[in-house]
Amino acid sequence: MIQSFFNPEIIAASWPIVLAGLWNTVLLSLLVVPLGLLGGLILALLASVRNPMVRWTLMAWVDFFRAFPPLVLLILLFAGLPFAGLELGGFVCVAIAFFLNTGAYYGEILRAGIDSVPAGQIEAARSTGLSRLQAMAYVVLPQAVRNVLPDLLSNTLEVVKLTALGSVVAVPELLYQARQAQSLTYNATPIVVAATLYFLMLWPVVRLLSRLENRALAGR
Amino acid sequence: MLKYLPDILSGVVVTIELAVLVVVTGIAAGLVLALLRSLGIRPLNWLIIGVVDLFRSLPPLVVIVLIYFGLPSVDLSPSGFVSTWLSLALVLMAFSEEIFWAGITSVAKGQWEAARSTGLSFGQTLMHVVLPQAFRLTIPPLTNRTIAITKGTALGTVVAVTEILGQASSAMSNSYNPSPLMLGAAAYIVLFFPVVVAARWVETKFAWKR
Repeated sequence: MIQSFFNPEIIAASWPIVLAGLWNTVLLSLLVVPLGLLGGLILALLASVRNPMVRWTLMAWVDFFRAFPPLVLLILLFAGLPFAGLELGGFVCVAIAFFLNTGAYYGEILRAGIDSVPAGQIEAARSTGLSRLQAMAYVVLPQAVRNVLPDLLSNTLEVVKLTALGSVVAVPELLYQARQAQSLTYNATPIVVAATLYFLMLWPVVRLLSRLENRALAGR
Repeated sequence: MLKYLPDILSGVVVTIELAVLVVVTGIAAGLVLALLRSLGIRPLNWLIIGVVDLFRSLPPLVVIVLIYFGLPSVDLSPSGFVSTWLSLALVLMAFSEEIFWAGITSVAKGQWEAARSTGLSFGQTLMHVVLPQAFRLTIPPLTNRTIAITKGTALGTVVAVTEILGQASSAMSNSYNPSPLMLGAAAYIVLFFPVVVAARWVETKFAWKR
């Protein structure tokens, strides 16, 4: 058991490879979380336009990406686009897929946040002479974000976990590196190490979320 | 493209089987854990929280890879199908336990006390008073989470499960043509879009009136 899952020699040998993967996972997350947030913000701002056509299109867009598995989207970009003469690297495909997929989720959350800010706030802001954009940026959004902070955090956790999909298109993140080390050593230890690193990295966030969610429910 | 339709359809069947198994076992296990947690046995609760936190922090793909490539070292060789089912069910169990538990704790203490004082047993209170109120609160987050995790059946393709994505990818490499992949993508939409729309409807139906 120890030999196959917690082999000290293999931990030592694979450590540099796995560590490089951890670093790449952190970098990848730092790229895709802001990208997703940006996508979400665009969707949420578009949704605040009071036009039924725009609203319906957006709802269909969001539902489409809620129904579409992110891995399928990623494979479609990575393996499908080359047939159309467009060959993007694994990294770029991950970035685009996350912009679309997690953008839809962030958008839904931010939209709920914007809806939760009373209309009186916008009217008051506008009546003081702020433009629509200023009212949105300085008055509505700060309150909206605060109202949905637990949901945003929860989605961000999911996004960081989703970066493991990068391993399927050869992005050298934590899981990919661990699997490389595993196939070099014929031993499952590197994967256990990677899982431990994921856990250590994300457990504090899970604990925090658990508290926030319980508090939110108890507050009703 | 039509040549590969039967492959994709057999993938659809595998995806549906996998999804149903994951949803049923995952949610049932989550409910059992939440009920056990409500008994208030300290060491047991720590154990439950530990397991739940573990599967909330690990990416589902990591769990799948761990089970599929790790367990053979201890002479257990689960198939890709079983690995994917087990992994996603564990992840769904963790999330649904958390959601059910939040639902149970959200029912005011006075409800418990009132029910018990009328002579209902612990089990009767749970069944007839607490759970009906808790369920209402848990439906929207639970449907969301369940859809997100069920979509994860596509991850099975990494461990050679012949579900939609797996079938579509191999058909694509056999035919040097992306049409099977487009067909597979369409199959996911046909399968999951109605679920998402239904979930939206359920969410509004069960939402608390503010």
